[in-house]
Amino acid sequence: MMNIYVLLKRTFDTEEKISITNGKIENDGAEFIINPYDEYAVEEAIKLRDVHGGEVTVVTIGEEDSEKQLRTALAMGADKAVLINTEEDLEEGDQFTTVKILEAFFDGKEVDLILGGNVAIDEASGQVGPRLAERLSMPCVTTITNIEINGSDVQIERDVEGDVEKVETSLPLIVTCQQGLNEPRYPSLPGIMKAKKKPLEELEIDDLDLEAEDVEPKTRTTEIFLPPEKQAGKVLEGETGEQVKELVSLLKSEAKVL
Amino acid sequence: MSKKVLVIGETREGTLRNVTFEAIAAANIISDGGEVVGVLCGEGQLENMGKEMVYHGADRVITVANENLKTYTSDGFGQALQAVIDDESPGGIVMGHTSIGKDITPKLASRLESGLISDATEVLAEGGKIVFTRPIYSGKAFEKKEIKDGIIFATIRPNNIPAEPRDDSRVGEVTEKNVEITNIRTIIKDIIRKSSDGVDLSEAKVIVAGGRGVKSAEGFQPLEELADILGGTVGASRGACDAGYCDYSLQIGQTGKVVTPDLYIACGISGAIQHLAGMSNSKVIVAINKDPEANIFNVADYGIVGDLFDVVPKLIEEIKQVKVNA
Repeated sequence: MMNIYVLLKRTFDTEEKISITNGKIENDGAEFIINPYDEYAVEEAIKLRDVHGGEVTVVTIGEEDSEKQLRTALAMGADKAVLINTEEDLEEGDQFTTVKILEAFFDGKEVDLILGGNVAIDEASGQVGPRLAERLSMPCVTTITNIEINGSDVQIERDVEGDVEKVETSLPLIVTCQQGLNEPRYPSLPGIMKAKKKPLEELEIDDLDLEAEDVEPKTRTTEIFLPPEKQAGKVLEGETGEQVKELVSLLKSEAKVL
Repeated sequence: MSKKVLVIGETREGTLRNVTFEAIAAANIISDGGEVVGVLCGEGQLENMGKEMVYHGADRVITVANENLKTYTSDGFGQALQAVIDDESPGGIVMGHTSIGKDITPKLASRLESGLISDATEVLAEGGKIVFTRPIYSGKAFEKKEIKDGIIFATIRPNNIPAEPRDDSRVGEVTEKNVEITNIRTIIKDIIRKSSDGVDLSEAKVIVAGGRGVKSAEGFQPLEELADILGGTVGASRGACDAGYCDYSLQIGQTGKVVTPDLYIACGISGAIQHLAGMSNSKVIVAINKDPEANIFNVADYGIVGDLFDVVPKLIEEIKQVKVNA
């Protein structure tokens, strides 16, 4: 029987264009999803539970709106969900904030395995998993593409810049998931119906004996801006042979990359 | 205010990775005239690589050699680096945003209870503050970020911050530090090399990428040949990976790698927004696609409308010609 936890973040859909209003990323009208890498974590957690028994709890830190992504994870097959709602208590936060809250959340809990995405596609710091491991004194393996558990022994394959590293470690453990680990399932209709009745606990930082100053971020964002628009380039003309000749000459003389 | 800044160097197959030199350049901006101290962990003789860090702008270098540091583990490197940090009490730490950088820096920052700015593409000293620029939403936007107080800790994205030129007249001490490395909880049993040439996508100067238009695993062959003669490496769109033409480790995009090479040649890639997020900040983009309406042409500096299996071999021949004549 395993106590499995998944760290999940609600992010913009990958299809979304980004715009800025009053110095902030415009949220209005955007579609939100479970961070794609966290989706691998949910899928793997469910599979491991199905093999080894136990329970999968998905945890997110966010606002009321994150309930939707938690319900999706429950519909995929997770057993319980926890929303740590910071809407009223925190104006801003960074990875230090997130991990401070998670550290308090996990305090005193029996944990065998914590899974998360290796990075969130919005802020993309990739810090939360390894930072949390340090606070909980657990080993941590990042960017995993395969995991097998045998008792407390764990065999992992991880992606290291395209190479595969085979790692041996043991529970309790934190892992962060990389693409290629699995193919996340779509929630089934019965799954969606069942998810409505599954427990979704809502906590505030006060419930974790934390105050706003305990989790005050260490970093500050001073500006958000869009990259300069790329000008449409030159589409070459003529026979293929001529186009290729022109391209090579442009790469050499104009772009100076050859 | 000038401060001491530590640069965590990184090696790959016995040589220093270029991003190490870029990190030294970033550290020199952060230190504001203070000392830049390199650190190198590994096994055996590290002195020459330490000197190489000095030639690229480090004031001195500390090496930690230990048989338990032969391959990277977060526990092993964590203990070695923590010992150096305890000795030196730096005001700043910089490392490349590489596989190892991404793994070790959050753990160090967590132990130090400090902030960490990951994946910076620019470092500037502005009005007494160090301001980092970093991509968010996979490069669809950028943010400027600073550390409020404490150690200025950051990782930098390869290929973005120019390294200082090598100058072997520079002198600086390379000292060895002994650290006992114990209790490694993750054991590396094996490393299976899949990247053929050892050039990581994020550090490659030239990338030739294929999409669904490549049509099969064999279809990547001309792309590999083109990458070879340009000294680059091959990447792919999600479409090509999903279709099983190549390994996911080659994927460039919002999920997958984000790259900024000098030259990006997109072959048979339509240019979905997710793919553009991973490559649109490349310095020069060439698109080769049959479909003149393909979105990729909107970000390309140069476009050829045509069949990649016709264009790429001709391109290879032409580049060979130019190289012979050069």
